[in-house]
Amino acid sequence: MSMLANPTFLFYQVMNSISLGMNLFIIATGLTLILGVLRVINFAHGAFFMFGAYVCWSTVTFLGGAIGSFWIGVIAAAVVLGLMAFVIERGLLRYLYEREHLTQLLFTFAIVLVVGDVAKMIWGTDQYNVPYPHGLKGAVNFGFAIYPAYPLLLCVIGVVVAVGMWLALSKTRWGRIIRAATQDREMLAALGMNVPLVYTGVFVIGSALAGLGGALAAPRVAVSPGMDATLIIECFIIVIIGGLGSLWGSFLGALALGFATMFGTVIFPDWELVLAYVLMLGILLWRPWGLFGHPEEDSH
Amino acid sequence: METVLETKGAFKAFEGFVAIRDVSIDLEKGEKHAIIGPNGAGKTTLFNLITGHLELDSGSVNFEGRDITGTPPHRIVKLGLARSFQRINIYPRMTVFENVQVALIARDGRSFHLFTLGHSLNRDETAELLELVGLMAEAEEVAGELAYGKQKQLELAIALASHPRVLLLDEPTAGMSTAETVEAIKLIEEITEARGLTLLFTEHDMGVVFGIADRISVLHHGELIFSGEPDRVKEDAEVRRVYLGESHGAA
Amino acid sequence: MQAKSKRTLWLTVAVVILLALVPTLGSKYLVDLSTEILIYALFALSLNVLIGYSGNISFGHAAYFAIGGYSCAILLTTYDLPLIISMPAAIILAGLAAAFVGYFCVKLTDIYFAMLTLAFGMLVWAVAFKWRSVTGGDDGFVGVAVPEFIGDRYSFFYFTLVVVTVSSALLWLICHSAFGRTLVAVRENRMRAGFVGVDTKRLRHTAFVVAGTFAGIAGTLFAMYNRGVYVESAFWTESGQVLIMTLLGGLYSFFGPALGAAVLYTLQVSINQYTEYWPIVLGTVLLVIIMFLPDGIVGLVQRIRSQFARRA
Repeated sequence: MSMLANPTFLFYQVMNSISLGMNLFIIATGLTLILGVLRVINFAHGAFFMFGAYVCWSTVTFLGGAIGSFWIGVIAAAVVLGLMAFVIERGLLRYLYEREHLTQLLFTFAIVLVVGDVAKMIWGTDQYNVPYPHGLKGAVNFGFAIYPAYPLLLCVIGVVVAVGMWLALSKTRWGRIIRAATQDREMLAALGMNVPLVYTGVFVIGSALAGLGGALAAPRVAVSPGMDATLIIECFIIVIIGGLGSLWGSFLGALALGFATMFGTVIFPDWELVLAYVLMLGILLWRPWGLFGHPEEDSH
Repeated sequence: METVLETKGAFKAFEGFVAIRDVSIDLEKGEKHAIIGPNGAGKTTLFNLITGHLELDSGSVNFEGRDITGTPPHRIVKLGLARSFQRINIYPRMTVFENVQVALIARDGRSFHLFTLGHSLNRDETAELLELVGLMAEAEEVAGELAYGKQKQLELAIALASHPRVLLLDEPTAGMSTAETVEAIKLIEEITEARGLTLLFTEHDMGVVFGIADRISVLHHGELIFSGEPDRVKEDAEVRRVYLGESHGAA
Repeated sequence: MQAKSKRTLWLTVAVVILLALVPTLGSKYLVDLSTEILIYALFALSLNVLIGYSGNISFGHAAYFAIGGYSCAILLTTYDLPLIISMPAAIILAGLAAAFVGYFCVKLTDIYFAMLTLAFGMLVWAVAFKWRSVTGGDDGFVGVAVPEFIGDRYSFFYFTLVVVTVSSALLWLICHSAFGRTLVAVRENRMRAGFVGVDTKRLRHTAFVVAGTFAGIAGTLFAMYNRGVYVESAFWTESGQVLIMTLLGGLYSFFGPALGAAVLYTLQVSINQYTEYWPIVLGTVLLVIIMFLPDGIVGLVQRIRSQFARRA
């Protein structure tokens, strides 16, 4: 606790919080996009994240850790997950949109089980470590403190993704369509939009973000089975805090969770997990639909 | 005459769009009061405000001398104000019998009886209500599979089950054929008479409106532009201009 | 309707009698399997009050199972209290936890409701995981002091049979009561139910408490059967598992979920003997049910039966 009085340590903690928050944001924003448009709670999002981390590790290993191999791995993760999502959506999920939420939810749960075991069949149960990419192994000197380069870059990438998503959602035709869909799905069809195509697109982009987030997380954490199990819950907390379907909501939610986790570890050691839930409850008491969420239609 | 239901300066806007502007209407005991107006005039919104489904931005609703502004729907029903809906609003996978029975269970305050078998409750009264609306033959059918007109009748039976003194009917003949409309109106008139109900209804069929209403209120763009006897509605210049003039269904 | 209830009653009596005879077969394995199935059956039946009867998807139901289990284990072992106090107290604690969580959850519906139940469920998991001094953390709470009179597998089996039978009977009554009937109406059309005078929020809250309480009962049995409670019992995948049981059996019949529990659990135990990849089997089974058997086993049986009836 008294450590927080040390400015260098405080700076470190703040940077760690933002870095973690941004990594979480990249993953959670994909989840919230899918939720907002498709109204499907995608449990498989965490499994996609894990798959992305594995793909990145495999790519780096295959290329013998050459310069740039990490970034090829990151792109490969996004592409592989996008393709997987495409197959799942086109082959199965699209037949379930008219069914109850429960069915869709259990469907994604089934995908979790299958994808998790497939990953286990391919990569086994060993732990893998992905080294920091070339040129980012050192630290950046801020004058009053130094901070490792890779987590710092994560912060930058997070902001870039947020701004990029915001521009794409507000300045492009497709983006506006997707935003309209989070508000009112029936409007899509009324506008003469190709609804199935919008759904496929959103599911693919959202899942690619999970893969991207997994690849970017790979140097930070141990790549191993089960790394998805609590992450998906953290993503849900972010979405609940931010409000379903909201880009900036998930941005703020992810930052909040980053801070709660990092400072929780210092202030209430061992209870940082619980702190995240307390944060969520506090926000829900104040705003039941999250920071940027809209109340649901109260009809049937 | 005694006023049973009254709105005062009711106001409701949705994200800047004013749906109901300063509407004050009153309903006298025993009357059949129609609310008419073009699509989007705010009729259903007004019903939703009166029955507590939507919250007023300003203004108030009084029912039998009691301020019911902000009271939730389930309380308002218990006070004696029931409604039906424009779109079919039943329990589609329950039987016709159960649809009505559940309303009676709620009326008797038994919804929270965890250890009273539901099957045998209020059977006679359910049968009576189904008899009344002419659905006894279909009692054991799944409600969602009934023909449209019959679902509307079921809707009426559910509303009546709450033992209301005032009944709000939102487009009771919407989607019905001419023959069905005649039947339905006959039924509504009989029941209103027999039970001494006060009726507030919206209706698109001007034949029906002028056939049964004692009084007519006209909504236009969320504002009340006229309220009075049927004969005078037709003569009112503004009503003619904004409504009857544009409508092809005028009687 | 009446005839159908009567048939269900006789079928249930027959199943209970057959179960009571299981120990006479002389297979310890079968007795254990039956005990486990009974516990999971009760767990699934309790969930169905929420899912099937009131249409609220809970993805955090394992929390109340775990709270019942931990409370019973701790009261029996740490505080050395007799079963007659420990078990009811544990069940009440599970119910109280459900009342607290339900208060927040019923404000929301559909997807929001499901996500919130999940988050709360994981809160319970996080507490169980971190509160080492009380719960044993990820080592689990081991060495539960099970009373002597139910100390061996046979007496515990009969104890479970009695508790599960009585609990199921109570659940059946609740689901077929005035309350249960109103619950179905709320599932079918929440808005309409509000307009006939039902306080739908309070009704859903009551259903949440009922479901949590009975999950707590199943949890107490599970803790005593295993002589231990582990954090995995509170994890979200456990909630997913019991949801699958419910769906597999069929949401819209009272005993469907119990049947689903029996089938899935037996399947799990048998497949685990051959491969470590049980999840992929479960996932595939689940995909098949979702794509081809939307009403579960009971729904399938009904469809086949009506096919035959039409042909006859």
